[in-house]
Amino acid sequence: MATQQTATAGRALVSPSVILLFIWMIVPLVMTLYFSTLRYSLLDPDNVAFVGLQNYTSFLTDPDFIAALINTLVLVISVLVISVCGGILVALLMDQPVFGLNILRLMVIAPFFVMPTVSALVWKNLLMNPDSGLFAWIAKSLGFQPIVWFTNWPMLSVIIVVSWEWLPFASLILLTALQSLDEEQKEAASLDGAGAFSYFFYIVVPHISRAITVVILIETIFLLSVFAEIYVTTSGGPGTATTNIPFLVYKQALLNFDVGSASAGGIIAVILANIVAIFLMRIIGKNLEG
Amino acid sequence: MAIKKSARQRIGVTIVAWVVAFLIFFPILWTFITSFKSELDAIAMPPKFLFFHWTLENYIEVEQRSNYLKFAFNSVVLSIGANLLGLIIAVPAAWSMAFAPGKRTKDLLMWMLSTKMMPAVGVLVPIYLVFRTLHLLDSLIGIGIVLMLLNLPLLIWMLYTYFKEIPNDILEAARMDGASLFNEIVYVLTPMAVPGIASTMLLAIILSWNEAFWTLNLTTSNAAPLTQFIASYSAPEGFFWAKLSAASTLAIAPILILGWFSQKQLVRGLTFGAVK
Amino acid sequence: MGSIQLKDVRKAFGAVSIINGINLNIENGEFAVFVGPSGCGKSTLLRLIAGLEDVTSGQVLIDAKDMTNVGPAQRGLAMVFQSYALYPHMSVRGNIAFALKMAGQKADVIEQKVRKAATTLNLTDYLDRKPRQLSGGQRQRVAIGRAIVREPKAFLFDEPLSNLDAALRVQMRVEIGELHEALKTTMIYVTHDQVEAMTMADKIVVLDRGSVAQVGSPLELYNKPNGLFVAGFIGSPTMNLIKGASAAKRGAETIGIRPEHADISTTAGEWPATVRLAEHLGSDTFVHAEAEGVGPFTLRLEGEAPLAPGQKIFITPREAHLHRFDKDGKRIN
Repeated sequence: MATQQTATAGRALVSPSVILLFIWMIVPLVMTLYFSTLRYSLLDPDNVAFVGLQNYTSFLTDPDFIAALINTLVLVISVLVISVCGGILVALLMDQPVFGLNILRLMVIAPFFVMPTVSALVWKNLLMNPDSGLFAWIAKSLGFQPIVWFTNWPMLSVIIVVSWEWLPFASLILLTALQSLDEEQKEAASLDGAGAFSYFFYIVVPHISRAITVVILIETIFLLSVFAEIYVTTSGGPGTATTNIPFLVYKQALLNFDVGSASAGGIIAVILANIVAIFLMRIIGKNLEG
Repeated sequence: MAIKKSARQRIGVTIVAWVVAFLIFFPILWTFITSFKSELDAIAMPPKFLFFHWTLENYIEVEQRSNYLKFAFNSVVLSIGANLLGLIIAVPAAWSMAFAPGKRTKDLLMWMLSTKMMPAVGVLVPIYLVFRTLHLLDSLIGIGIVLMLLNLPLLIWMLYTYFKEIPNDILEAARMDGASLFNEIVYVLTPMAVPGIASTMLLAIILSWNEAFWTLNLTTSNAAPLTQFIASYSAPEGFFWAKLSAASTLAIAPILILGWFSQKQLVRGLTFGAVK
Repeated sequence: MGSIQLKDVRKAFGAVSIINGINLNIENGEFAVFVGPSGCGKSTLLRLIAGLEDVTSGQVLIDAKDMTNVGPAQRGLAMVFQSYALYPHMSVRGNIAFALKMAGQKADVIEQKVRKAATTLNLTDYLDRKPRQLSGGQRQRVAIGRAIVREPKAFLFDEPLSNLDAALRVQMRVEIGELHEALKTTMIYVTHDQVEAMTMADKIVVLDRGSVAQVGSPLELYNKPNGLFVAGFIGSPTMNLIKGASAAKRGAETIGIRPEHADISTTAGEWPATVRLAEHLGSDTFVHAEAEGVGPFTLRLEGEAPLAPGQKIFITPREAHLHRFDKDGKRIN
């Protein structure tokens, strides 16, 4: 519903963003694709040659890659389970008639606003340090040996930190969804004699299921790219215990200066993310119709 | 399930909720408290919770030793500057999508969203190399452009959902009143969308402030924002936790406050309008 | 200045044709009303004249100049929207002044014109208020004020009264009529309400599914509807349309009798009928009856008629006021 003039203006006004985003994403992606077929090391930049899929085969057969893939999946799935389940519980709790809900909400959402480098360092040094961290004191007070978190349980430690960052996100979105469940529906359910469990499973779960899906998908996108937390705590170690795919690519590119191999890794990461993205687009696309 | 909870139940639930919220919030609180301790108190066993000698020396030292203000300045410039620039590009685009949609508008929106899902590592190598060639590494312009582009899809999407709520009639009235497209956007659309634009900006600023992949990889010192400043504390040099805490507090306090103001819009923005 | 001419104007959205070739002349100073049921294309036609939509084919002429490909801003027309479309962030003054500002007029000229418009519309006390602080009628006036300061070639009204309550609607109807008397500017007014059309128009354009059904003065349409559609649309209560033997006897497929054009008797007449309901309005009585061999029949009697449901009556149409229509629904003269 518009004139030719507005349609033309519309195209003119939308094109800068389209062009910029195209340059920002598609062009580098094609370059990555191209680099991934080269033997190209920044340490030896004159010796560039086409090697076909060799970077992929070496990257995919590298035990570090298998480890990184597993680490990525373990990290993503664990944090998802913890933050979504925790988020549902927190949201249900906050949805009760509690005193001081506004302050509670501020406290719960706060970790989301903390920059990843801060979260990781605070947890590592102030809480999880085996000598003087708060957790060590709690363990000692209870008569246990303090856990040497980042050395003995490196992946678990990273998972805890990242879960703490994402639990607020899940809680806030699920709480918003819960609060849109109208009071009358709650009352109708209780008049129909629904018990707490049937109320939860027949009324609450269907109502927030879409919000849960959205949380899972959005978190997955971000969790596939967790980087800073690993960068400042473990640097992917010990060994490859906490190296995920983003960190592995970073290591190849900026620490080992192996452009070809890093590019192959980047493409693999893109493929993984796209598999997830397709699902996310479907869900949000459906929402766009409504 | 009773419709009305008894007062006792309500108090019980409240206590549980406060304990849970306190535990979630505790690491931030603990950082805040630690920032006022001497380094010795910071590692004392058992930990000192409130009864210690409160001091501001960490804050002073953080500024003197590691030039906090320079990083903070970079963070402010980058997160505000990049998103203002983004806004100038995003407002016309969102206008176009909301008020002059074509057949491909929906596909375009989805495509923009999809660029957000591209993992950064997929393009790290070429961006790094291009930046190195163009001498954009560790420059405010370089990282600023990246931060702007990172948020552009989000800006357009959020503005689009806000603009959709503005009746087309009013823009048509402006057209009938003889307003050019520029005047229509500047004098009619933008002032009407101020609340939406403000919350969009707030969220975008928060995201830029905390962005920690590109800022860590593309900056080292000159253009480095607070993410990099904090990361420099990851290599331990003696007892430094109180200082780390002071630095952390300084790094998160401004954005925490902004974030608290924006939490309602946050849900809408982060879910691309899927949850309101 | 302000004649508007449409030449074979068509509008289609994709494969759906909304306006199927309309030719129309609106003279300078005329008050033209586009009327029709919802979905007949009357608002679209107005938007085509305004330039808010492109025509698919055909021409729009304003003062004999082809404006088909000219943007809305340059056509010199002003529009009052159904939703008023006031700028919510501007004061009443800002709203009225906006078009003048866009035209680059000087501040003192603008202020003077705004004052004048505000005086005409009784808005002087509200100039510094925001639209949300105004009542529906006041908002309506601001929308009109915004239009008149521009001294346009023609005013376009898109169902401007449909958001007002009944009493205010009558009042604003009178005010718009008076405004037209005072300004003598061409006005095109879109409505679905045939009472508004009848009371305000110099010329009514009845639209039916994207085509002009009939153009004429209110009384022409009332007295000589050219077909069943206009016959059924103009007049309230609606015309009684009768098929069958009574129609065949008069050489027509369908005959039409307005409720006020039939006589009633308790003793004799053409159609015996039973009263189902009598609505006593004081000035008139509407009688809904079931006539034998004819079907439901509505009558309008002047003053009070002592009729009760169930009562037997006889109805006789006045032949002089009888309308005859052929198989295709066209008028037979």
